[in-house]
Order: sequence, then C-alpha cells, then structure tokens
Amino acid sequence: MALWKPDPTFYASPRDAVSAPPEGLAYVAAFDRAAEKPDAIAVLDVDPGSATYGDVVGWTDLPNLGDELHHFGWNACSSALCPYAPHPHVERRYLIVPGLRSSRIYVIDTKDDPTSPKIVKTLEPDELAKRAGYSRPHTVHCGPEGLYVTALGGADGEDGPGGIALLDHTSFEVLGRWEVDRGPQYFAYDAWWHIAHDVLVTSEWGTPSMIEDGVVGELLLGRKYGHALHFWDLRKRRHVQTVDLGDEHQMALELRPAHDPTKQYGFVGVVVSVEDLSASVWLWHRDGDSWAATKVISIPAEPAAADDLPPVIAPFGAVPPLVTDIDLSVDDQWLYVSCWGTGELKRYDVSDPFHPVEAGSVRIGGIVDRTPHPAQPDLPLAGGPQMVEVSRDGKRVYVTNSLYGAWDDQFYPDGVGAWMAKLDSTADGFTFDERFFPHGDAFRGLRPHQTRLQGGDASSDSYCYP
Amino acid sequence: MNDGSLAALVALGAFHGLNPAMGWLFAVARGLQERSRALVLQSLPAIAAGHAASVGAVAVLVALTRSVVATQAVAIGGGALLVGFGLWRLLSQRHFRWVGMRISLWQLAGWSFLMSSAHGAGLMLLPVLTSSGTAPAGHDHGLTASGNALSTGIFVTAVHTLAMFAVAGAIAVAVYELVGLAVLRRAWFNLDRLWAAALITAGTLTLVLSF
Repeated sequence: MALWKPDPTFYASPRDAVSAPPEGLAYVAAFDRAAEKPDAIAVLDVDPGSATYGDVVGWTDLPNLGDELHHFGWNACSSALCPYAPHPHVERRYLIVPGLRSSRIYVIDTKDDPTSPKIVKTLEPDELAKRAGYSRPHTVHCGPEGLYVTALGGADGEDGPGGIALLDHTSFEVLGRWEVDRGPQYFAYDAWWHIAHDVLVTSEWGTPSMIEDGVVGELLLGRKYGHALHFWDLRKRRHVQTVDLGDEHQMALELRPAHDPTKQYGFVGVVVSVEDLSASVWLWHRDGDSWAATKVISIPAEPAAADDLPPVIAPFGAVPPLVTDIDLSVDDQWLYVSCWGTGELKRYDVSDPFHPVEAGSVRIGGIVDRTPHPAQPDLPLAGGPQMVEVSRDGKRVYVTNSLYGAWDDQFYPDGVGAWMAKLDSTADGFTFDERFFPHGDAFRGLRPHQTRLQGGDASSDSYCYP
Repeated sequence: MNDGSLAALVALGAFHGLNPAMGWLFAVARGLQERSRALVLQSLPAIAAGHAASVGAVAVLVALTRSVVATQAVAIGGGALLVGFGLWRLLSQRHFRWVGMRISLWQLAGWSFLMSSAHGAGLMLLPVLTSSGTAPAGHDHGLTASGNALSTGIFVTAVHTLAMFAVAGAIAVAVYELVGLAVLRRAWFNLDRLWAAALITAGTLTLVLSF
C-alpha cells in the first residue's frame, strides 16, 4: 500500500541525507560455503544504546541450499523523488537478495518484523534466464523506473555476456534485459549511474567459468579478466564509450560515483596489477565530451616469505593488497578502501577527487599479518576488511571479512572465519569501536558479505537534486 | 459558460498545478541542477504548454463532437470513459516514465503533455465541458457551430491552463527560493488516490448532469 507522505528515508539531496538519524539495524548477507546449511540474512543490532548492541539479533534463513548470498539492495530509495518519474510514496521495506551462485533472487520484507524479515517472493533462475538472458545476479540498485540488477553470466549454457536485468519495482517481476545496444561490452560486475546526467557506468570482473572455481592463474597472468569501464546512455540504454584502464589492471570492480548530482566523477577499485601486484583506485571523469579515467591511488604489495603465503601467490614472494571494495561517504569527502589481502582498511580524504590524501588506516586480519581486533587482542583473524559500508551521516563504517567462497579458500586456505567490525570515523580519527565485534559462532558458521543499513546507506541511494 | 463552470475550471487548473507530478517539481529540479532561477522560470511555460495541449485536445474534441452529436450521448460516453479511467488510475501501480533528467524545452513540453494525458487531466474537465453554456440552438448548424465550439474549447483550455500555470509557477518559485527541497519530505502528499477520486467524481458528475 502506498504511503500518504514520502517514505521518511528518502532524501531529495545528499546534503539532506547526511542529517539522517543513525541506523538501528544492519542486514548482512551470510552464506554457507559447503552449501550444507541454508544461507541467511543476519540482522545485527547497531544501536549503541541497546543491550544487544553488536549482536546478531535475528536471522532469515533461505529455503534452499547453495545460493551464495553476496550483494543485495533496497527495493526503493531516494531516487524515487526524481522529478521525471516520481513515485515518492513507495516504501523502502524490501531487500532484493540475489544468490550469486544459484541465480535465484529473493524478495525479503523487513517491515512487519525488522529483526526477522520474511521472504515474500522468490524468482527462480529460469525467470531471469527466460526474460533477460542472464544468470549470476549481483548488484541491485533502485532506479526511478525499476530495479537494476547486474548479472555476471549469460543464460541457457552461455557463459556471457553479462549485463543488467530490469525488475519491476512493485511486482519484482523480471521485465527484461536492460541493454538495447551493448556495443563491445561482454564482462559485467557492478553498475551505477550519474542519475541526473542520464549516464550509467558498468565495470568488469569475469564470466562464471572464470570465477566460480577460484581465480584462474593463467587467465590472470594472461590479463584475461576485466579491465575496462563502460559508459552508457541511461535513457536510450546504449553503450557510449569504453575506457580501458590497461590490461595489467585486472578486475575493475566497485563503482562509487559522486553523490552530488551536479558532479560527474566517481571512483573504481582495481584488484591487482599483474606487473607488480599493486592495487589501485581510479577516478573516472569528464574529458571534454568524452570520459576518461585517471589512477589516483596506488597501493603497493608487501614483501612476504613464500612460506607465509598460500600456494596461489607463494611464487611472488609478496602479498598483494587486493582492493576488493571501496565506499564513498554521502558527502563525497571520504573514500574507504578495503585491502583484503594485506588486511588493511584505508581512509582517504577525496575532497579533491584528483588528489586523494590518506587520512587514516587500520589493520585487521590479512593473509600474513592476521591482525586481531582490539576487542580481542589474542585472537588472530583470517580474512581481511572486505565489504565496507558507510552510514548516511558518515560517522560509522561497517566491514565484513569474506570475499567470495571459492576465492576465500584460495587466499585463506586454513579458513577465512567470520567477523564484522565497526569503525568510528570523524574528521580527527578513524578507530575501531571496541564494543562491536560479532565473530565466529555469532555467524553460525556462515561467512558474512555485504551489509545494508536500515533506512539506507552510502552505497544504496542516489539523488536527483543537489 | 457561466460563473460556476468558470470557477470550476480555475479550481481544476489550480488542482493540477498543485500536483508535483504535473511539472513544478521538474522545473525546480532543472533550476537546482544549474543553480539558476532563470531555468525554473523557463521550464514553466514549456510545462504549461504541454498541459494545455493535452487538455486542449480533449476540450476541442468534446466541443466539436457536441456540435454535431447529441450532448447527452457525448456526456454519457465521456462520463463512462472517465469513471473507467479513474478506476484504472486507482488500481494501477504503474509509474509513467518517458525521459531522463537532461532534456530540452521541447522534450519537457512533450513530457508534460504525456504526463497530463496519462493522468487524464483533460478528461477531468468533462463535467464542465459537457454542462457549460447552452448547446447550440437547433437552427445553428455547420461552420458557425464548429467555430463557436472551437473557440469554447480554446477558451476553456486557456482559462484552465492559466490557473495551472499560476499555481505551479508560484509553488516552483517558492520552493526554489524560499522553502527548499526538505519540504518535499513533509508536504508531498500522495495525490494519486485523490486524483483518481477526482476523476471518478468528474465522471459521475458528467453522467448525472446529462440525465
């Protein structure tokens, strides 16, 4: 049922959204690598005033095995206020939760019982395949005329191309393939937009055969994973331009466009350079009428003894940072960069996006370091900071430790474990909250991946008004 | 055209102008994008023109058919159509989308035309159109009647659009200059059901008045 007034979690502009109240709950996708138990959405209490602060206070188990929950998103967000297709009276209440391995998509209602959300609809893989020609659904974004779901693979036995499927934002049915003209685009991963400029951007990982059994060394050294950005006309659904970052820069993943709708720039993280194992963050921006990308952050590999390294990287004698997620605060001032390999979460001041300035760093986990959380200094941690999510007011940063089942096993062969941490981020400091450290059995043996915050977060909403 | 229907035309125009989905919000958004009040002001005539075209099409059509077909037939047919359309609006969950954010004034006028048509803005005027004035007298045939009908249609459109333009313009400028976008969160009431109710009421009224 539509609301009488706009959903209070919708904000016309990022300036307004920064004043949003703190979130009370966080939803975290958690999956069982062995596919013996159902994957689940874990609900965490993130209200510091609550007695169960930092605990998992609810679970929504899925009815199937082996979905591999990964990324997910809200059914509606601030883009519903966009003036050309306004529907401000829809509610932000459903989580759209794809199974990256199963290609199922679950719709989960958080409204009636926020700590125990209910599954209200399941889209089976053949619906995505039949109507859109895709599989392996990944990123979900709420647009003004529907839900955009990126998908890594093709359907009916085809490995690719991956692309975007559009879902109806009330019935959640698959409407079809988004692209009218995909040009040379074949690989898919993330997608987001400059919504006020009718521009969509997509990035590249690899097709299912390239990732599902782990990273393939020959493909990586052969520079076969994705290394380009694609720019699209969001209205006409046509490919406009490819910006190649250079084939040494393997796997261009998370896209974080500026929230300010008058701006046309954004950041993308590159996992690894095959030349020196460094990771990098690139800025895409306008260059005259076309698009360009500039490397603005480079993070070097750290030397390590071969004995301390898992087989996949032992020959290189160094641990790569592996930047696998980045997140930009709603005020576009702070960029958080996860180095999943070295076990470091870096913070950059990107007020001048062309010249990021490092402004804080914490260590936790890591292939070699195994840095413990300050709340439990005697417990070495596997995994590293991976999915990072920032609250709307920018003060709280949440991070989980699993990357992707098969890849966890390669880089942390003795077990990646399960943990989540929270950092307090102010102009002066960037430090762990020692009261917030759900780990181990708190996650029932499941591996935590993406976090979504109640009411929205820095990577959910987009805005049409400055 | 009596005073009562004139007032109704103006009131409906104001009602249409009030609805953010009819265009004033788009004008504000365009202005904010470029931080330019001129762009807000520039957008409003285009939006009004699109609205006028949508309303005018219905007004002229009704006026013209009335001059050749019995008024009662037009009213009953139109009234039934209107009630049906209102019910569809009430039950339909679809949201209209045709353009993106970066558009020319022509596209803005086109958007406004489609938005008004999809919302049945012109149809909502049916009770006024079918009951206003006196039907052409029996001996008044042909060109004269059509001419009169046409000018009635244009007059109705002009009065209605002027009211819509005034209200939408006042709101757009006030929100852009004074109130700010934060007001949307508190004051953007869901007009969809009210709108559908208005369509159904207009249809019923048309039917009742025709008997």
